Amino acid sequence: MIALAETPSVLFALRRADDALVLGHRLSEWCGRAPMLEEELALANIALDLIGQARLLYAQAGPDEDALAYLRDDRAYRNLLLVEQPNGDFAHSIARLFLYAAFADPWWRAMTRSSDPGLAAIAGKAEKETAYHLRHAGDWLVRLGDGTAESHARAQAAVDALWPYTGEMFAVDAAEQAMIDAAIGADLAALRPGWEATVARVLAEATLARPADGWMQRGGRSGAHSEHLGPMLAVMQHLPRSHPGAKW
Amino acid sequence: MSTPASPIWEVFIRSRTGLAHRHVGSVHATDAAMALQAARDVYTRRGEGLSVWVVPSGAITASDPADKGMLFEPAESKIYRHPTFYEVPDEVEHL
Repeated sequence: MIALAETPSVLFALRRADDALVLGHRLSEWCGRAPMLEEELALANIALDLIGQARLLYAQAGPDEDALAYLRDDRAYRNLLLVEQPNGDFAHSIARLFLYAAFADPWWRAMTRSSDPGLAAIAGKAEKETAYHLRHAGDWLVRLGDGTAESHARAQAAVDALWPYTGEMFAVDAAEQAMIDAAIGADLAALRPGWEATVARVLAEATLARPADGWMQRGGRSGAHSEHLGPMLAVMQHLPRSHPGAKW
Repeated sequence: MSTPASPIWEVFIRSRTGLAHRHVGSVHATDAAMALQAARDVYTRRGEGLSVWVVPSGAITASDPADKGMLFEPAESKIYRHPTFYEVPDEVEHL
């Protein structure tokens, strides 16, 4: 196990690193299972972008990226509940990526102006990647929603199921506020109208209904995860935990 | 992996400024916008591209292999069409 002093700046990097790693791993679960070869590669490309972002962010959070990724239990993970939700069907995976990328893309763009030069440099790389993630997921969501009766029903079910996990993206606790006040972190409240507009535009084009805002799930940022993260980490962490220090 | 009944698109990539787009392969995609993304994801993973074209495979008119003799063999005997056929006089300095 790895013990980490979660100062606001460590926690800030760790939360985003965990978002990227968990979503990247989820997308990698499509390898060998995607509906067509082209989409298999597209999802793998996006997964690799995200895992690359995670590595850079873990380097900001602590000295050993592998220990952070492989030697923490689910309660020590700080990712959004949204990104740990299971892949479900293809519409579910696309809707999850879209809802996250519609937030992550403008967030990274805002982070290019962070007063932390290390984070600003990561943002310069990441915002180009997330711009493509948003376009790819948004274009797919439009085609699924405005496709057949079957694809429309699946896309609407996916958006409805994931909607309660979207509020957590904009939640601000004391640690997050300290980073925003220091001009290190992007102002989440200021990003919300842009996210709402992107989601409204794509859902309208996809002929999908925007779910009503009801109870929003929270807890991922402080380690209270859904039942899905533990089994995912068990698979992801199995090899380095069974064979400590293994190299290939 | 099952392949859905989506159209095939031919992919052309320009690797450097000044070079022409080259045919690199094909992708399945539902429409032009998704074909462009598929081409990017399948064929530019190692920094190959600066520009991508996709063309519906059905839009390409191809020569019939059976017409090979009629179309291409008459050119083979006309070696005077190659610049190497001609001897350049020593007096010609700038050619």
